[in-house]
Amino acid sequence: MRNEWLYIGVFLIVAIIVPLVPLGFAALVAPRKPNPTKRLTYECGVETVGDAWVQFKAQYYIFALVFLIFDVETVFLFPWALALNRLPMFAVTEGAVFLGILVAGLVYLWRKGLLEWQ
Amino acid sequence: MNFWNDPLHFLAEQLTAMLSRWGLPTAWITFIEFFLGAMALIVFAMALDIGLVWVERKVVARFQDRLGPNRLGPFGLFQPVADIIKMVIKEDITPATADKFLYNLAPVLAAVAVIALWAILPLASTIYGADLNVGLLYVIAAGALGTLAVLIAGWASRNKFALLGAFRMVASLISYEIPMVIVLLVPTLLAGTMSLRGIAEAQRSIWFALLSPLACLIFLISAIAELGRAPFDLHEAESEIVAGYHIEYSGMKFGWFYAAELLHAFTFGGLLAILFFGGYTGFFGLEKLPAFIWLDNPFVQAAVFLAKAMVGYWVIMWVKYSLPRVRIDHLLAFNWKFLTPLALVVLVSTAILHRALMEAPRWQYGMALWLANLVIAWITIEILRVQARRQRRHQRAASQRQQTAQEQTV
Repeated sequence: MRNEWLYIGVFLIVAIIVPLVPLGFAALVAPRKPNPTKRLTYECGVETVGDAWVQFKAQYYIFALVFLIFDVETVFLFPWALALNRLPMFAVTEGAVFLGILVAGLVYLWRKGLLEWQ
Repeated sequence: MNFWNDPLHFLAEQLTAMLSRWGLPTAWITFIEFFLGAMALIVFAMALDIGLVWVERKVVARFQDRLGPNRLGPFGLFQPVADIIKMVIKEDITPATADKFLYNLAPVLAAVAVIALWAILPLASTIYGADLNVGLLYVIAAGALGTLAVLIAGWASRNKFALLGAFRMVASLISYEIPMVIVLLVPTLLAGTMSLRGIAEAQRSIWFALLSPLACLIFLISAIAELGRAPFDLHEAESEIVAGYHIEYSGMKFGWFYAAELLHAFTFGGLLAILFFGGYTGFFGLEKLPAFIWLDNPFVQAAVFLAKAMVGYWVIMWVKYSLPRVRIDHLLAFNWKFLTPLALVVLVSTAILHRALMEAPRWQYGMALWLANLVIAWITIEILRVQARRQRRHQRAASQRQQTAQEQTV
Protein backbone atom coordinates (compact mmCIF):
# COMPACT_ATOMS: atom_id res chain seq x y z
CA MET A 1 0.00 0.00 0.00
CA ARG A 2 1.44 3.35 -1.07
CA ASN A 3 1.46 6.02 1.55
CA GLU A 4 -0.24 8.94 -0.23
CA TRP A 5 0.57 11.56 2.39
CA LEU A 6 4.25 10.66 2.42
CA TYR A 7 4.24 11.22 -1.34
CA ILE A 8 2.59 14.64 -0.83
CA GLY A 9 5.31 15.50 1.68
CA VAL A 10 8.13 14.54 -0.71
CA PHE A 11 6.31 16.29 -3.55
CA LEU A 12 6.07 19.55 -1.58
CA ILE A 13 9.77 19.44 -0.74
CA VAL A 14 10.63 19.04 -4.43
CA ALA A 15 8.06 21.73 -5.26
CA ILE A 16 9.92 24.15 -2.96
CA ILE A 17 13.33 23.26 -4.42
CA VAL A 18 12.28 23.64 -8.09
CA PRO A 19 11.42 27.40 -7.96
CA LEU A 20 14.63 28.04 -6.03
CA VAL A 21 16.84 26.65 -8.82
CA PRO A 22 16.22 29.42 -11.41
CA LEU A 23 16.25 32.01 -8.64
CA GLY A 24 19.66 30.79 -7.49
CA PHE A 25 20.92 30.70 -11.06
CA ALA A 26 19.63 34.23 -11.62
CA ALA A 27 21.43 35.37 -8.46
CA LEU A 28 24.67 34.02 -9.98
CA VAL A 29 24.45 35.43 -13.51
CA ALA A 30 22.33 38.58 -13.14
CA PRO A 31 24.19 41.89 -12.85
CA ARG A 32 24.10 43.55 -9.46
CA LYS A 33 24.64 47.32 -9.44
CA PRO A 34 22.34 48.72 -6.80
CA ASN A 35 22.28 52.40 -5.99
CA PRO A 36 20.06 54.35 -3.58
CA THR A 37 17.88 55.82 -6.35
CA LYS A 38 17.31 52.44 -7.93
CA ARG A 39 16.30 50.93 -4.64
CA LEU A 40 13.67 53.54 -3.88
CA THR A 41 10.03 52.50 -3.71
CA TYR A 42 8.61 52.66 -7.22
CA GLU A 43 5.61 54.90 -7.56
CA CYS A 44 5.71 55.92 -11.23
CA GLY A 45 8.59 58.34 -10.80
CA VAL A 46 6.98 60.56 -8.19
CA GLU A 47 8.87 60.60 -4.91
CA THR A 48 7.17 58.48 -2.27
CA VAL A 49 5.22 60.34 0.38
CA GLY A 50 4.76 58.55 3.68
CA ASP A 51 5.01 54.91 4.57
CA ALA A 52 2.98 52.10 3.05
CA TRP A 53 2.80 50.23 6.34
CA VAL A 54 0.06 52.30 7.89
CA GLN A 55 -3.14 51.29 9.59
CA PHE A 56 -5.58 50.84 6.77
CA LYS A 57 -9.32 50.42 6.95
CA ALA A 58 -10.32 47.15 5.32
CA GLN A 59 -13.71 48.21 4.06
CA TYR A 60 -14.84 44.65 3.61
CA TYR A 61 -14.41 43.38 7.16
CA ILE A 62 -18.14 42.55 7.37
CA PHE A 63 -17.66 40.38 4.29
CA ALA A 64 -14.74 38.73 6.04
CA LEU A 65 -16.98 37.81 8.98
CA VAL A 66 -19.66 36.40 6.67
CA PHE A 67 -16.93 34.51 4.80
CA LEU A 68 -15.78 32.91 8.04
CA ILE A 69 -19.30 31.70 8.87
CA PHE A 70 -19.91 30.26 5.41
CA ASP A 71 -16.49 28.64 5.27
CA VAL A 72 -17.06 26.84 8.56
CA GLU A 73 -20.49 25.81 7.32
CA THR A 74 -19.03 24.11 4.26
CA VAL A 75 -16.74 22.08 6.51
CA PHE A 76 -19.89 20.60 8.05
CA LEU A 77 -21.47 20.10 4.65
CA PHE A 78 -18.68 17.98 3.13
CA PRO A 79 -19.40 14.91 5.34
CA TRP A 80 -23.11 15.42 4.66
CA ALA A 81 -22.54 15.45 0.89
CA LEU A 82 -20.27 12.40 1.07
CA ALA A 83 -22.75 10.32 3.04
CA LEU A 84 -25.79 11.49 1.07
CA ASN A 85 -26.40 8.09 -0.56
CA ARG A 86 -26.66 6.36 2.81
CA LEU A 87 -28.63 9.08 4.60
CA PRO A 88 -32.41 8.90 5.04
CA MET A 89 -34.42 11.58 3.25
CA PHE A 90 -34.99 13.24 6.62
CA ALA A 91 -31.26 13.91 7.08
CA VAL A 92 -31.05 15.36 3.56
CA THR A 93 -33.79 17.89 4.30
CA GLU A 94 -32.11 18.51 7.65
CA GLY A 95 -29.03 19.68 5.70
CA ALA A 96 -31.26 21.93 3.61
CA VAL A 97 -32.74 23.43 6.79
CA PHE A 98 -29.22 24.04 8.12
CA LEU A 99 -28.41 25.91 4.91
CA GLY A 100 -31.72 27.76 5.20
CA ILE A 101 -30.75 29.17 8.60
CA LEU A 102 -27.49 30.50 7.14
CA VAL A 103 -29.31 31.98 4.17
CA ALA A 104 -31.65 33.71 6.65
CA GLY A 105 -28.54 35.29 8.15
CA LEU A 106 -27.38 36.41 4.72
CA VAL A 107 -30.81 37.88 3.93
CA TYR A 108 -30.75 39.71 7.27
CA LEU A 109 -27.36 41.26 6.40
CA TRP A 110 -28.66 42.18 2.97
CA ARG A 111 -31.78 43.90 4.37
CA LYS A 112 -29.63 45.75 6.91
CA GLY A 113 -27.59 47.11 4.01
CA LEU A 114 -24.31 45.62 5.18
CA LEU A 115 -23.64 44.05 1.79
CA GLU A 116 -23.18 47.52 0.29
CA TRP A 117 -19.70 48.92 -0.22
CA GLN A 118 -19.15 51.63 2.39
CA MET B 1 0.84 -5.52 -15.80
CA ASN B 2 3.05 -4.04 -18.51
CA PHE B 3 4.38 -0.62 -19.40
CA TRP B 4 1.48 0.31 -21.68
CA ASN B 5 -1.25 -0.46 -19.14
CA ASP B 6 0.24 1.00 -16.01
CA PRO B 7 3.50 2.85 -16.75
CA LEU B 8 4.12 4.27 -13.28
CA HIS B 9 3.68 1.05 -11.33
CA PHE B 10 5.63 -0.87 -13.95
CA LEU B 11 8.59 1.50 -13.69
CA ALA B 12 8.31 1.56 -9.89
CA GLU B 13 8.44 -2.23 -9.73
CA GLN B 14 11.44 -2.38 -12.04
CA LEU B 15 13.19 0.23 -9.94
CA THR B 16 12.36 -1.56 -6.68
CA ALA B 17 13.74 -4.82 -8.04
CA MET B 18 16.92 -3.09 -9.22
CA LEU B 19 17.52 -1.15 -6.01
CA SER B 20 16.85 -4.09 -3.71
CA ARG B 21 19.37 -6.08 -5.76
CA TRP B 22 21.85 -3.34 -4.79
CA GLY B 23 20.90 -3.94 -1.16
CA LEU B 24 19.20 -0.66 -0.28
CA PRO B 25 16.76 -0.65 2.69
CA THR B 26 13.04 -0.46 1.80
CA ALA B 27 12.56 2.99 3.34
CA TRP B 28 15.27 4.42 1.07
CA ILE B 29 13.77 2.75 -1.98
CA THR B 30 10.36 4.27 -1.20
CA PHE B 31 11.91 7.69 -0.73
CA ILE B 32 13.88 7.50 -4.00
CA GLU B 33 10.80 6.38 -5.91
CA PHE B 34 8.64 9.13 -4.44
CA PHE B 35 11.35 11.67 -5.17
CA LEU B 36 11.69 10.56 -8.79
CA GLY B 37 7.90 10.44 -9.21
CA ALA B 38 7.51 13.96 -7.84
CA MET B 39 10.42 15.19 -9.98
CA ALA B 40 8.93 13.71 -13.17
CA LEU B 41 5.52 15.26 -12.53
CA ILE B 42 6.95 18.69 -11.65
CA VAL B 43 9.30 18.73 -14.64
CA PHE B 44 6.34 17.83 -16.84
CA ALA B 45 4.32 20.69 -15.30
CA MET B 46 7.21 23.13 -15.81
CA ALA B 47 7.69 22.06 -19.44
CA LEU B 48 3.97 22.57 -19.95
CA ASP B 49 4.30 26.00 -18.34
CA ILE B 50 6.96 27.02 -20.85
CA GLY B 51 4.63 25.90 -23.63
CA LEU B 52 1.78 27.87 -22.07
CA VAL B 53 3.78 31.09 -22.31
CA TRP B 54 3.79 30.66 -26.07
CA VAL B 55 0.12 29.61 -26.20
CA GLU B 56 -0.98 32.54 -24.07
CA ARG B 57 0.97 35.12 -26.07
CA LYS B 58 -0.16 33.69 -29.39
CA VAL B 59 -3.83 33.48 -28.35
CA VAL B 60 -3.85 37.00 -26.90
CA ALA B 61 -2.44 38.22 -30.17
CA ARG B 62 -5.21 36.49 -32.11
CA PHE B 63 -7.88 37.96 -29.82
CA GLN B 64 -6.42 41.42 -30.32
CA ASP B 65 -5.94 40.98 -34.08
CA ARG B 66 -2.15 40.87 -33.93
CA LEU B 67 0.34 38.25 -35.05
CA GLY B 68 2.01 37.58 -31.73
CA PRO B 69 5.52 36.12 -31.39
CA ASN B 70 6.63 35.07 -34.88
CA ARG B 71 10.36 35.78 -35.14
CA LEU B 72 12.09 33.15 -33.02
CA GLY B 73 11.76 29.72 -34.57
CA PRO B 74 8.77 28.38 -36.47
CA PHE B 75 5.59 30.24 -35.36
CA GLY B 76 7.68 31.96 -32.70
CA LEU B 77 7.92 28.70 -30.76
CA PHE B 78 11.27 29.64 -29.17
CA GLN B 79 9.87 32.86 -27.73
CA PRO B 80 9.45 31.39 -24.20
CA VAL B 81 13.13 30.37 -24.20
CA ALA B 82 14.12 33.95 -24.96
CA ASP B 83 11.70 35.12 -22.24
CA ILE B 84 13.35 32.85 -19.68
CA ILE B 85 16.87 33.99 -20.62
CA LYS B 86 15.76 37.59 -20.33
CA MET B 87 14.20 36.97 -16.90
CA VAL B 88 17.28 35.21 -15.58
CA ILE B 89 19.90 37.73 -16.71
CA LYS B 90 17.88 40.78 -15.65
CA GLU B 91 19.01 42.67 -12.58
CA ASP B 92 16.99 41.85 -9.49
CA ILE B 93 16.16 45.08 -7.67
CA THR B 94 14.97 44.82 -4.09
CA PRO B 95 13.53 48.02 -2.63
CA ALA B 96 15.60 49.25 0.31
CA THR B 97 12.58 49.40 2.63
CA ALA B 98 11.16 45.98 1.80
CA ASP B 99 10.91 43.11 4.26
CA LYS B 100 13.70 40.99 2.73
CA PHE B 101 12.61 37.54 3.90
CA LEU B 102 8.93 37.84 3.01
CA TYR B 103 9.78 39.66 -0.22
CA ASN B 104 11.86 36.69 -1.37
CA LEU B 105 9.42 34.13 0.00
CA ALA B 106 6.36 35.35 -1.94
CA PRO B 107 7.35 34.30 -5.52
CA VAL B 108 8.47 30.88 -4.29
CA LEU B 109 5.20 30.43 -2.42
CA ALA B 110 3.21 31.45 -5.50
CA ALA B 111 4.97 28.77 -7.53
CA VAL B 112 4.66 26.12 -4.80
CA ALA B 113 0.92 26.76 -4.44
CA VAL B 114 0.38 25.95 -8.11
CA ILE B 115 2.79 23.04 -8.36
CA ALA B 116 1.23 21.49 -5.24
CA LEU B 117 -2.03 21.06 -7.16
CA TRP B 118 -0.27 18.75 -9.62
CA ALA B 119 0.40 16.23 -6.85
CA ILE B 120 -3.21 15.06 -6.96
CA LEU B 121 -4.20 15.82 -10.55
CA PRO B 122 -5.05 12.47 -12.20
CA LEU B 123 -3.67 12.59 -15.75
CA ALA B 124 -5.03 9.10 -16.41
CA SER B 125 -6.55 6.26 -14.42
CA THR B 126 -3.07 4.94 -13.61
CA ILE B 127 -0.96 8.11 -14.06
CA TYR B 128 -1.35 10.33 -11.01
CA GLY B 129 0.77 11.51 -8.11
CA ALA B 130 -1.40 10.71 -5.13
CA ASP B 131 -5.04 9.70 -4.91
CA LEU B 132 -6.11 11.50 -1.74
CA ASN B 133 -9.53 10.67 -0.35
CA VAL B 134 -9.83 14.35 0.63
CA GLY B 135 -8.62 15.60 -2.77
CA LEU B 136 -11.09 18.48 -3.05
CA LEU B 137 -10.16 19.87 0.37
CA TYR B 138 -6.51 19.75 -0.72
CA VAL B 139 -7.40 21.71 -3.87
CA ILE B 140 -9.12 24.41 -1.79
CA ALA B 141 -6.18 24.61 0.62
CA ALA B 142 -3.60 24.89 -2.16
CA GLY B 143 -5.74 27.54 -3.88
CA ALA B 144 -5.79 29.66 -0.73
CA LEU B 145 -1.99 29.34 -0.47
CA GLY B 146 -1.65 31.16 -3.81
CA THR B 147 -3.65 34.07 -2.45
CA LEU B 148 -1.46 34.11 0.63
CA ALA B 149 1.55 34.54 -1.67
CA VAL B 150 -0.09 37.61 -3.24
CA LEU B 151 -0.86 39.05 0.20
CA ILE B 152 2.73 38.49 1.36
CA ALA B 153 4.12 40.05 -1.84
CA GLY B 154 1.90 43.10 -1.43
CA TRP B 155 2.81 43.59 2.21
CA ALA B 156 6.54 42.89 1.97
CA SER B 157 7.11 45.28 -0.97
CA ARG B 158 6.24 48.23 1.27
CA ASN B 159 4.62 50.03 -1.61
CA LYS B 160 1.17 51.59 -1.55
CA PHE B 161 0.14 50.19 -4.91
CA ALA B 162 1.28 46.71 -3.92
CA LEU B 163 -0.58 46.90 -0.62
CA LEU B 164 -3.77 48.03 -2.35
CA GLY B 165 -3.42 45.13 -4.76
CA ALA B 166 -3.04 42.69 -1.88
CA PHE B 167 -6.09 44.15 -0.14
CA ARG B 168 -8.16 43.71 -3.27
CA MET B 169 -6.95 40.14 -3.75
CA VAL B 170 -8.05 39.26 -0.22
CA ALA B 171 -11.44 40.84 -0.90
CA SER B 172 -11.96 38.66 -3.94
CA LEU B 173 -10.65 35.55 -2.16
CA ILE B 174 -12.94 35.86 0.84
CA SER B 175 -15.86 36.31 -1.54
CA TYR B 176 -15.35 33.82 -4.32
CA GLU B 177 -14.08 31.01 -2.14
CA ILE B 178 -17.66 30.57 -0.85
CA PRO B 179 -19.56 29.81 -4.09
CA MET B 180 -16.59 27.74 -5.23
CA VAL B 181 -16.60 25.50 -2.17
CA ILE B 182 -20.39 25.22 -2.30
CA VAL B 183 -20.43 24.07 -5.92
CA LEU B 184 -17.54 21.71 -5.22
CA LEU B 185 -20.08 19.90 -3.01
CA VAL B 186 -22.15 19.11 -6.12
CA PRO B 187 -19.62 16.75 -7.77
CA THR B 188 -18.86 15.41 -4.29
CA LEU B 189 -22.40 14.33 -3.66
CA LEU B 190 -23.00 13.14 -7.23
CA ALA B 191 -19.88 10.96 -7.16
CA GLY B 192 -20.03 10.12 -3.45
CA THR B 193 -16.30 10.77 -3.06
CA MET B 194 -13.86 13.65 -2.70
CA SER B 195 -11.01 11.91 -4.52
CA LEU B 196 -10.41 13.53 -7.92
CA ARG B 197 -9.85 10.14 -9.51
CA GLY B 198 -13.10 8.83 -8.04
CA ILE B 199 -14.97 11.85 -9.40
CA ALA B 200 -13.51 11.33 -12.88
CA GLU B 201 -14.36 7.61 -12.80
CA ALA B 202 -17.95 8.40 -11.73
CA GLN B 203 -18.46 10.32 -14.98
CA ARG B 204 -17.86 7.40 -17.34
CA SER B 205 -21.56 7.29 -18.25
CA ILE B 206 -22.46 11.00 -18.11
CA TRP B 207 -20.61 14.24 -17.41
CA PHE B 208 -21.60 16.22 -14.33
CA ALA B 209 -21.64 19.34 -16.54
CA LEU B 210 -24.74 17.86 -18.22
CA LEU B 211 -26.36 16.95 -14.90
CA SER B 212 -25.65 20.32 -13.32
CA PRO B 213 -24.65 22.99 -15.88
CA LEU B 214 -25.23 25.79 -13.37
CA ALA B 215 -22.73 24.32 -10.91
CA CYS B 216 -20.20 24.10 -13.74
CA LEU B 217 -20.77 27.73 -14.68
CA ILE B 218 -20.50 28.94 -11.08
CA PHE B 219 -17.28 26.97 -10.66
CA LEU B 220 -15.84 28.54 -13.80
CA ILE B 221 -16.70 32.08 -12.64
CA SER B 222 -15.36 31.63 -9.12
CA ALA B 223 -12.26 29.89 -10.46
CA ILE B 224 -11.53 32.90 -12.67
CA ALA B 225 -12.00 35.15 -9.63
CA GLU B 226 -9.73 32.98 -7.52
CA LEU B 227 -7.10 33.00 -10.27
CA GLY B 228 -7.36 36.79 -10.29
CA ARG B 229 -7.65 36.95 -14.05
CA ALA B 230 -9.67 39.56 -15.90
CA PRO B 231 -12.47 40.55 -15.41
CA PHE B 232 -11.54 39.98 -11.75
CA ASP B 233 -7.90 41.14 -11.97
CA LEU B 234 -8.42 44.06 -9.60
CA HIS B 235 -5.27 43.20 -7.68
CA GLU B 236 -3.04 44.01 -10.64
CA ALA B 237 -5.20 46.59 -12.42
CA GLU B 238 -2.61 48.25 -14.67
CA SER B 239 -4.60 51.42 -15.18
CA GLU B 240 -5.15 52.09 -11.47
CA ILE B 241 -2.40 50.58 -9.33
CA VAL B 242 0.28 50.03 -12.00
CA ALA B 243 0.93 46.33 -11.50
CA GLY B 244 -0.52 45.75 -8.07
CA TYR B 245 1.20 43.24 -5.85
CA HIS B 246 4.21 42.57 -8.13
CA ILE B 247 5.06 46.20 -8.85
CA GLU B 248 8.40 45.94 -7.02
CA TYR B 249 9.41 42.59 -8.46
CA SER B 250 11.78 42.23 -11.38
CA GLY B 251 13.78 39.48 -13.04
CA MET B 252 13.13 35.86 -12.18
CA LYS B 253 11.05 36.74 -9.12
CA PHE B 254 8.53 38.44 -11.37
CA GLY B 255 9.00 35.49 -13.74
CA TRP B 256 7.70 33.08 -11.11
CA PHE B 257 4.57 35.16 -10.54
CA TYR B 258 3.97 35.16 -14.28
CA ALA B 259 4.68 31.44 -14.70
CA ALA B 260 2.56 30.59 -11.68
CA GLU B 261 -0.38 32.55 -13.06
CA LEU B 262 -0.30 30.75 -16.40
CA LEU B 263 0.09 27.30 -14.85
CA HIS B 264 -2.64 28.12 -12.31
CA ALA B 265 -5.05 28.98 -15.11
CA PHE B 266 -4.23 25.76 -16.95
CA THR B 267 -4.54 23.72 -13.76
CA PHE B 268 -7.97 25.17 -13.10
CA GLY B 269 -8.89 24.27 -16.68
CA GLY B 270 -7.81 20.75 -15.75
CA LEU B 271 -9.84 20.80 -12.53
CA LEU B 272 -12.88 21.98 -14.47
CA ALA B 273 -12.34 19.03 -16.83
CA ILE B 274 -12.02 16.56 -13.94
CA LEU B 275 -14.92 17.84 -11.86
CA PHE B 276 -17.49 18.46 -14.59
CA PHE B 277 -16.27 17.07 -17.92
CA GLY B 278 -15.15 13.58 -16.98
CA GLY B 279 -11.41 14.23 -16.72
CA TYR B 280 -9.47 11.54 -18.54
CA THR B 281 -12.63 9.56 -19.42
CA GLY B 282 -14.87 10.73 -22.19
CA PHE B 283 -15.92 8.02 -24.60
CA PHE B 284 -19.22 7.22 -22.82
CA GLY B 285 -18.83 3.44 -22.73
CA LEU B 286 -17.29 3.14 -26.20
CA GLU B 287 -14.05 2.01 -24.53
CA LYS B 288 -15.81 -1.11 -23.22
CA LEU B 289 -16.34 -2.51 -26.76
CA PRO B 290 -13.63 -5.00 -27.74
CA ALA B 291 -12.68 -3.05 -30.88
CA PHE B 292 -12.11 0.17 -28.91
CA ILE B 293 -10.43 -1.22 -25.82
CA TRP B 294 -7.31 0.80 -26.70
CA LEU B 295 -9.23 3.99 -25.84
CA ASP B 296 -8.78 3.06 -22.18
CA ASN B 297 -4.99 3.10 -22.49
CA PRO B 298 -3.44 5.52 -19.96
CA PHE B 299 -1.59 7.42 -22.67
CA VAL B 300 -4.80 8.02 -24.64
CA GLN B 301 -6.49 9.04 -21.39
CA ALA B 302 -3.71 11.50 -20.59
CA ALA B 303 -4.03 13.02 -24.08
CA VAL B 304 -7.82 13.34 -23.60
CA PHE B 305 -7.32 14.98 -20.22
CA LEU B 306 -4.72 17.47 -21.48
CA ALA B 307 -6.93 18.35 -24.45
CA LYS B 308 -9.88 19.02 -22.15
CA ALA B 309 -7.70 21.06 -19.78
CA MET B 310 -6.48 23.10 -22.76
CA VAL B 311 -10.09 23.80 -23.78
CA GLY B 312 -10.85 24.93 -20.21
CA TYR B 313 -7.74 27.13 -20.26
CA TRP B 314 -8.80 28.55 -23.61
CA VAL B 315 -12.24 29.47 -22.20
CA ILE B 316 -10.53 31.23 -19.26
CA MET B 317 -8.36 33.16 -21.75
CA TRP B 318 -11.40 33.96 -23.88
CA VAL B 319 -13.13 35.48 -20.85
CA LYS B 320 -9.97 37.35 -19.88
CA TYR B 321 -9.47 39.06 -23.21
CA SER B 322 -13.14 39.81 -23.90
CA LEU B 323 -14.45 41.43 -20.73
CA PRO B 324 -13.54 44.74 -19.07
CA ARG B 325 -12.49 44.83 -15.43
CA VAL B 326 -15.26 45.00 -12.82
CA ARG B 327 -15.37 47.58 -10.02
CA ILE B 328 -14.67 46.29 -6.51
CA ASP B 329 -18.15 46.97 -5.11
CA HIS B 330 -19.62 45.22 -8.15
CA LEU B 331 -17.24 42.33 -7.55
CA LEU B 332 -18.45 41.87 -3.98
CA ALA B 333 -22.11 42.51 -4.77
CA PHE B 334 -22.07 40.06 -7.69
CA ASN B 335 -20.71 37.39 -5.41
CA TRP B 336 -22.80 37.89 -2.28
CA LYS B 337 -26.09 38.89 -3.86
CA PHE B 338 -26.04 36.62 -6.88
CA LEU B 339 -23.47 33.84 -6.98
CA THR B 340 -23.64 32.61 -3.37
CA PRO B 341 -27.47 32.38 -3.15
CA LEU B 342 -27.56 30.73 -6.58
CA ALA B 343 -24.89 28.20 -5.56
CA LEU B 344 -26.85 27.35 -2.40
CA VAL B 345 -30.07 26.80 -4.36
CA VAL B 346 -28.25 24.59 -6.87
CA LEU B 347 -26.69 22.57 -4.05
CA VAL B 348 -29.95 22.00 -2.18
CA SER B 349 -31.95 21.10 -5.28
CA THR B 350 -29.24 18.72 -6.50
CA ALA B 351 -28.94 17.07 -3.08
CA ILE B 352 -32.69 16.49 -2.68
CA LEU B 353 -33.23 15.29 -6.26
CA HIS B 354 -30.16 13.06 -6.12
CA ARG B 355 -31.34 11.41 -2.92
CA ALA B 356 -34.99 11.13 -4.00
CA LEU B 357 -34.28 9.66 -7.45
CA MET B 358 -31.38 7.42 -6.47
CA GLU B 359 -33.27 4.22 -7.31
CA ALA B 360 -35.11 5.69 -10.32
CA PRO B 361 -34.02 4.77 -13.89
CA ARG B 362 -30.87 6.65 -14.88
CA TRP B 363 -32.49 8.64 -17.68
CA GLN B 364 -35.22 9.91 -15.33
CA TYR B 365 -32.58 10.83 -12.77
CA GLY B 366 -30.50 12.68 -15.35
CA MET B 367 -33.46 14.48 -16.89
CA ALA B 368 -34.76 15.57 -13.46
CA LEU B 369 -31.40 17.05 -12.42
CA TRP B 370 -30.98 18.78 -15.76
CA LEU B 371 -34.52 20.19 -15.76
CA ALA B 372 -34.10 21.42 -12.19
CA ASN B 373 -31.04 23.36 -13.32
CA LEU B 374 -32.93 24.77 -16.27
CA VAL B 375 -35.82 25.91 -14.05
CA ILE B 376 -33.44 27.52 -11.55
CA ALA B 377 -31.64 29.35 -14.36
CA TRP B 378 -34.94 30.57 -15.80
CA ILE B 379 -36.22 31.81 -12.40
CA THR B 380 -32.88 33.56 -11.77
CA ILE B 381 -33.05 35.37 -15.10
CA GLU B 382 -36.68 36.38 -14.41
CA ILE B 383 -35.72 37.81 -11.00
CA LEU B 384 -32.82 39.72 -12.55
CA ARG B 385 -35.12 41.09 -15.26
CA VAL B 386 -37.70 42.29 -12.73
CA GLN B 387 -34.94 43.84 -10.61
CA ALA B 388 -33.45 45.68 -13.58
CA ARG B 389 -36.87 46.97 -14.64
CA ARG B 390 -37.61 48.26 -11.15
CA GLN B 391 -34.22 49.98 -11.02
CA ARG B 392 -34.82 51.64 -14.38
CA ARG B 393 -38.24 52.86 -13.24
CA HIS B 394 -36.72 54.33 -10.06
CA GLN B 395 -34.05 56.12 -12.06
CA ARG B 396 -36.57 57.51 -14.51
CA ALA B 397 -38.82 58.74 -11.68
CA ALA B 398 -35.86 60.36 -9.93
CA SER B 399 -34.72 62.19 -13.05
CA GLN B 400 -38.28 63.36 -13.73
CA ARG B 401 -38.60 64.69 -10.18
CA GLN B 402 -35.32 66.51 -10.63
CA GLN B 403 -36.54 68.03 -13.90
CA THR B 404 -39.80 69.32 -12.45
CA ALA B 405 -37.93 70.73 -9.47
CA GLN B 406 -35.59 72.60 -11.80
CA GLU B 407 -38.50 73.97 -13.84
CA GLN B 408 -40.21 75.23 -10.70
CA THR B 409 -37.09 77.08 -9.54
CA VAL B 410 -36.73 78.69 -12.97
